[in-house]
Order: sequence, then structure tokens, then C-alpha cells
Amino acid sequence: MSRTTQAPKGLRATGNFIDDRFHVAKSGEKNLRKVFPNHWSFMLGEIALYSFIILLLTGVFLTLWFKPSMTEVVYDGSYERLQGVVMSEAYASTLHIDFDVRGGFLVRQIHHWAALIFVASLVAHMLRVFFTGAFRKPREINWLIGIAIFVLAILEGLFGYSLPDDLPSGMGIRILQGVMLSLPVIGTYVSMFLFGGEFPGEDIIPRLYMLHILLIPGILLALIVAHFMILWHQKHTQYPGRGRTEKKVVGVPMFPAFAVKAGGFFFFVFAVTVAFSAFVQINPIHLFGPFSPTSITSGLQPDWYMGFMEGALRIFPNWFDFTIFGYAVPTGVLVPALVIPGILFTGLAVWPFLEAWITGDKRHHNVADRPRNAPVRTGVGMAGITFYGLLWMAGSNDILSETFSLNLYGTTWFFRFAIFIGPVLAFVITKRICLGLQRRDRATLAHGYESGTIQQLPSGEYIEVHKESPDEMVHVLRSKEPLDRTDTEDVDENGVEAPSARGLRGRLRTALAHWYTKDNVSFEGVEPHSGHHGQHEEIAPEQAETATR
Amino acid sequence: MTDNTTDHNKGEGAEGPDRVIGTPSSAEGDRLVASSADPHSEHEGPFPAEETHARPEEMQRKGEKVAAAWFTLAFLGGIIFFVGYFAFSSTEIAEPRIAQYSNVTLGGGLALALFGIGAGMTVWARRVMPHYDVSTPYDELPSSPEEKGSFGDFFMKGAAESGFTKRPLMRRTLLLAMAPLGLAPIVLLRDTGPLPGDTLKHTLWKKGMRMVVEGTEREGEATWIRAEDLGNAPGGMISALPYVQPTEEHPHGLSLNEQAKTVILLIKVGEDEWKPGMTEQQLNWTHDGIVAYSKICTHVGCPAALYEQGTHRILCPCHQSTFDAADGAKVVFGPAHRPLPQLPITVDDEGYLVADGDFSSPVGPTFWDVEKED
Repeated sequence: MSRTTQAPKGLRATGNFIDDRFHVAKSGEKNLRKVFPNHWSFMLGEIALYSFIILLLTGVFLTLWFKPSMTEVVYDGSYERLQGVVMSEAYASTLHIDFDVRGGFLVRQIHHWAALIFVASLVAHMLRVFFTGAFRKPREINWLIGIAIFVLAILEGLFGYSLPDDLPSGMGIRILQGVMLSLPVIGTYVSMFLFGGEFPGEDIIPRLYMLHILLIPGILLALIVAHFMILWHQKHTQYPGRGRTEKKVVGVPMFPAFAVKAGGFFFFVFAVTVAFSAFVQINPIHLFGPFSPTSITSGLQPDWYMGFMEGALRIFPNWFDFTIFGYAVPTGVLVPALVIPGILFTGLAVWPFLEAWITGDKRHHNVADRPRNAPVRTGVGMAGITFYGLLWMAGSNDILSETFSLNLYGTTWFFRFAIFIGPVLAFVITKRICLGLQRRDRATLAHGYESGTIQQLPSGEYIEVHKESPDEMVHVLRSKEPLDRTDTEDVDENGVEAPSARGLRGRLRTALAHWYTKDNVSFEGVEPHSGHHGQHEEIAPEQAETATR
Repeated sequence: MTDNTTDHNKGEGAEGPDRVIGTPSSAEGDRLVASSADPHSEHEGPFPAEETHARPEEMQRKGEKVAAAWFTLAFLGGIIFFVGYFAFSSTEIAEPRIAQYSNVTLGGGLALALFGIGAGMTVWARRVMPHYDVSTPYDELPSSPEEKGSFGDFFMKGAAESGFTKRPLMRRTLLLAMAPLGLAPIVLLRDTGPLPGDTLKHTLWKKGMRMVVEGTEREGEATWIRAEDLGNAPGGMISALPYVQPTEEHPHGLSLNEQAKTVILLIKVGEDEWKPGMTEQQLNWTHDGIVAYSKICTHVGCPAALYEQGTHRILCPCHQSTFDAADGAKVVFGPAHRPLPQLPITVDDEGYLVADGDFSSPVGPTFWDVEKED
């Protein structure tokens, strides 16, 4: 780090040129020294960023040949099996990219794989942030931006999937149009305006193309930049450990260590995406044939991120469809296609604020929670994953039915029940596991870890020797905070009801706060290695389960 | 990039340089290269690098070799990519098999090149570069009360100067002036498409229209469907479209819009197999045990293309709505609500199956005024 050599002349000249105009030496150095905490789970967001870059690069390449036109042409290109077939120019130009442009097939597949990986890594990154409580103050705004990116990414993917105008992609638009029609009052207008008339018309692909290559990526890019500027400004969260506190972040500096590692990781992500595209074929549109509103194949599956909506459409029954003054309200479409995703995304968006309201926690948080130390949040998250996962699986119920020789309608009924039972089970089981882990943590903190060494005492009794945990582990274990409900005391010291606990809202909040914290294991008064070494003494259950305030 | 330069809490909040951070336990043999002589330890930047561990020279030398090997491999990958590009010409890749070879060579080469660079950089970072952790204080995010107060004062002073709150006439007329501009983009979208009117409720089908098998060449009278054809049809079902003279606008027959609305399933049910749910009128719309339903599912519009002859069930493969063809195409399972619309059919003088009017109800996904008469 000492100034051993002066920067070479050319570099200094460039630096001076820039600094003379922008005055950036100080802030530049500060940014080069920026601290990046180390953990594998912080790389999930990086994967999303890198996939987005890959999508931009490959997308630009594809626009050089793709013709977003629904004009009917008779195919006269070099792919022999479809010669003479009537198709849209969009489909014909996609075939051109596949069979006339060298590397076109590859780039198209990289684009598709990168889109799948983009959304997948967004979800993984989001779950990491959720389960570690990294969305808490001061990072709620960035969480909301992340949700917006997630929703736009799904739309962007759906529109991109629709552009080649092959059979499955057209069916995706068809379902989209069916969902639009179901909207009360405005449905037919929305559909007629978007499609420029009836389905499929001649306008939808040019319009989706504009949304797919200009409007949505533009917004996505702006949101991603905002996401990073906020992250840069607020600095990263970090996992508990030695020296890592709410006031101080520990990690490797941006330059050179992080820059080289992150650069390398970009190439890894790109390499994996390209390897998939080279060796695992995806979306072979030449085998599907052009879109026709009158044909379909069975076993049709959307891209994975649309699966949950597809599943919801499959298992939601028609029992609640009704008419009002003779007007039809098809809840069998509205609820699964709009209400359920609406609840899912709204729930994600409001969770940070809801949790802060319940717990009354208004503090800044920079050290990530261990998921076990927030059992209710972790349980709710697992319930959400189960709900989403079951819908997603229901989206493949025909494949499940065929693969495992199950009754098709039986699978529908299974999912209709599982969608209610599964999340509840997941919540209860996850919460119990978290509490169990908390108890083990408490025991480890008090007694040290189980060494596996068996000792015989003079009395003849056998015991397992506990050894002192390493310093790092003690730090991690002690990171568990007493759950702080700073202003949710329902009675003050005189037994008078606090103003915040009065009224319906206050009572609800008190009840929720109780539910949120009641089972937590208290670490209060547990000193590291204070327990008698060598003696295996269970903590009295009632003592262990005392809720903390 | 951000305003990191405004380091409003220099020294605040930090716990001070009281500890040495993140020294790896396997640090034996490492050299301490950072010293108190480091001029940057007093730099007013956010943090000093508290400790630096260089890798042993032996490890660095080995690391350099390994990284170089990866970079060389990456270079070879790049060469493979170029070989693949020029080995298969753009005319050869029209053959799917060759296209596959080209894809694998280009993709394999590129993947190797990218992976090699990634791996080399990782080795470089882990073996050659010194390893250390540094720390920096998190910024104290809320501004001090003085700063907030000063900001508030200035803002309120400016607001008062502007007179925006004090001069309601000006303020309200400005808002009034904005209103039409806000609405303009919405109005401009009006011409993106026609109003729905009753277009969704009617199709091309007219009395006396003949039918052709969907997906085949649609010219010549030989392709018009006769009642007898149903007896020979596999599964007792034919997917059909109305026959129209090819026009200049649609040399290939029907447009996709028209196909999307007019496509039907012709199904041979058999006179004695009708279920009691069929009304007298619905039975009149059949001919000789043949019934015609819209093929477009009433759920979200996929073609309900699967038919099981034994049970007379029509299944939509998208969301598994199931309709009973012998019972007026009523929904027997799944998310659809309305039965498939029925098309009245009969035969003309020459024995061809013809439509006897338009569908019994609007085709396709259910919409708001689907059940309203015009």
C-alpha cells in the first residue's frame, strides 16, 4: 500500500486531464477503497447484473436481423422443412437468424438462457435479502426497487418469448389476451387497443417489440442503476462476525481485490450461459412451427417464471364466476391471473413496512440476521416459497400426470388442497426448526461445541467433552439480538394501557407483536462458555422459551 | 458515482482502529507489508487498510503459472470460436445438423474462452494478490438536526419568495393548465385500436357456408367436408374452418383473425348418445349425429384440441378445461365456465356440410358483456 512507485506518465496525464475537469481524486480514491463484504450469497445479485449485461449485448445482436412484423409471407428461406409454409415475417426472420446467420442460433439461445438465469438469480437474490432481513431500515426503498425490477423482468421475459411468433409463443399472447378480456368493464377495450383490433391482428408483435427492446429495458436499466447507486451510498449489509458491527463494514477493497474477483465472476457467469446455449438446446422454434390460433400441442410449458401463473390458472375452479346485471365476471381467470400475483408482489413490497410496524423496530440495520433468529419471518418466507412452488408445480400437472401415470384431474385436486395446507405446514415446520436451532445455539454459546470426545468420569459415568467455541463462532452466536419491540409495551409500569396499544389497530398490533416474538429463545444472561464444561445440562424449557422484551 | 465524498461523519460511529480485522488463521508465512509508514493510513479517506498479507513468493509464482495456463486455454477457446465460424459457411448451416455442429463449436469455443478468463482472474485474485480485509464506517444516514433545520428554513423561505402558496389564482390556473396536458397522452392512445362494439360477438360463419379441414390446402371442391367424412375421420373428430374464396388480401384463404374465431370441431356423437342436457334447439343444430362446437376454449382462448371418442370429452391442453360433446359442450371439469359455443349445421343440396347460421354464443374467452344481447 505504500507509495512505492509513481504512476506512469501516460496514466498521470489521463488522470490529470479528468481531475482538472471534474475534481475527482478524493472521491475516486474513496471509491477504489470501497469495502465489499465477502459471502457467497452476495454473488446472487451479481449474477443478475451480469445476466442483464449479457441480455443487452445479445439482444442488440438479434435486432440486426429480427423483423417485428406480422405480415404474412410464404417461407422461402434456407430451412428446407418449412419451405412454402405461410408464416409471419417475425417467424421467418427468426428462422433466418437460426439458419442463415453464423452464430445467430447461438446468440439467440444465449439470450434465452440469460433471460431464464436473470429472473432465477433475481429470485434467489431476493430470497437472500428477505431471509437475512437485509431489507430492513435503511434499505426498504432498494427492496421496493428490487420488486419493481422483478415484476418488469417477468413482463420483459414474457414479451420477448412472444416475439418469434412460433406456436408456443403465440399461445402465450393468446392467454395474455384472454386474461385481458376478463377484466370487468374495460377488458374488451384494453384488448382491442393493445392488439389494434381482434386477436391476433397485425400490431401486437411490433408493439411488444417496442416494449421489449426500448421501454421496459430502459426502465429496467434506470432501476438497476438506481439500485446500485443506493447500494453504493448505503453500503452493503454484512453477516455477523468478528469486527463486523452496525457501525463498521468489513470486507475486501474495491481495488484491486474485488474488481478482479468480480470481473472473473462475470466471465464465469457468461461462460456458463454460453455453455448451456452450446450444449443444451432451448426453444428450438424451427421444430414448433409458426403460430396458428387453431393449433396447439399438448405438454406445452411456458418459461419457468410464468409457471406459477399457469399453475394458478389451471387449479383455480370456475365455482366463483358470477354475473352482475347480466355482465360476466370470470373470477376463474381474474383471480389466478391477476389477484394471486397481485397478492404475492404486494405482500413482498409491504413486508418491510409491516414487519417494522409489528416489531416497532425503527433502528438502522447493517448486520444481516441469521434466518433462525427471526423464526416468524423465516416461516412466512418458507410459506411463501411453498405457495409459489406449489403453483409452479401445478403449472406442470399434465407433465406430472403423464410422467408418473397419475390421474390428471387427481393432480388438480391435489394442488387445490395442497395450496392451502402446504404453506401452513411449511410455516410451522420452519418455525420449529428455527427455534430448535436457537436452542442449540444457546447451548453452544453456554457450553462450547460438542467435541465428539467421550470421557469416563471416576463415578463411571460417560460424558461428551464440550470444547470452547472459536472466537468467530462466539461472535456469530452472540449476534442474536433480543427482539426489540421498542414501543409495543401494552401496559406501562403502572399497569395503564399504552396509547399505542389502544383501539382496534393497537390491539391488532400488540397481538401480532406477541405472535412475532413469543416463542423466541432468550439468550439473555448467557455468557460464552459459562456452563460447566463436561456436563450436559439441559436448559430448563420454561427458562429457554421466555420471550424477551 | 454517488456523493460519497461528502463524508459527513468522519470518525463518528466507527469503533476506532482498535482491532485487526480478518486475518486468516492460516497466515503463517505471510509477510506484513503494510506498515505505519503507509501514508494512506492518515489519509482522510474513509478507512485505512489496516493490515495487508502478501502471499508467499512461492505461492505467487505458482499462481502466476496457473493463471497463465488458464489464459492460454482461453486464447485457444477463442481460436476454436474463429475456426468454427469459418469452418461452417452461412449456406451450410441451413441444414439443422450442420447448424448444430456450428452451434457447438462456436458456443464451446466461446464458453472455453470465457471460462478460462474467469478462472485465470480468480487464480490471480486468490494466489497472486495479497489477502486482507479492510473496514470502513457505515455512514450515519440521518442528517444532524442543524442540517435538517437549515434545509427546512431555506426551503420554506424559497417557497414563500415564490409566492406559490400565497397567490392562489396563479397556482390554480397553473394546475388547470397542466390538466389537459396530462390527459393528452391518454387521448392520443385512442387510435391504437378500434372500439370493441359487437365485433367479438359475431364471426364470419353464415348460413350455407361450406367447410374445409383445418391445416390443409383450402382450394378445390374435393376438400369440402361431407357428412360421410366424419365416419372415416380418426377419432370421430375433424377440426374445420369455413370455406371462403381466396381474396387478393388473403391469398391463402382466411386471415389469422378469422381463423381464430371460426375454427370448429366437427364431432360424430351418434343419434342415441345425446345426453338429456341437450335442448331440442341444440339437437336441431346437429346433423345425423354430427355436432359442431367452437374449438376456442372459453377460459382464455387456447384451442381445445384434444378429443376422447369414448367419453365424448373435449379437453383443452392449456389449462385442462373439459367439455362434454354429447351434452352441449358443458364444462365437466376445469376453470372454464361457459360451454363451447355451438355452430348450427346442416347439409346442402349437394350433400356438403354447411353452417346454418352463426355460433350460439360469442366465441373465445369470457368478457364483460359476453351474455348481453346487442
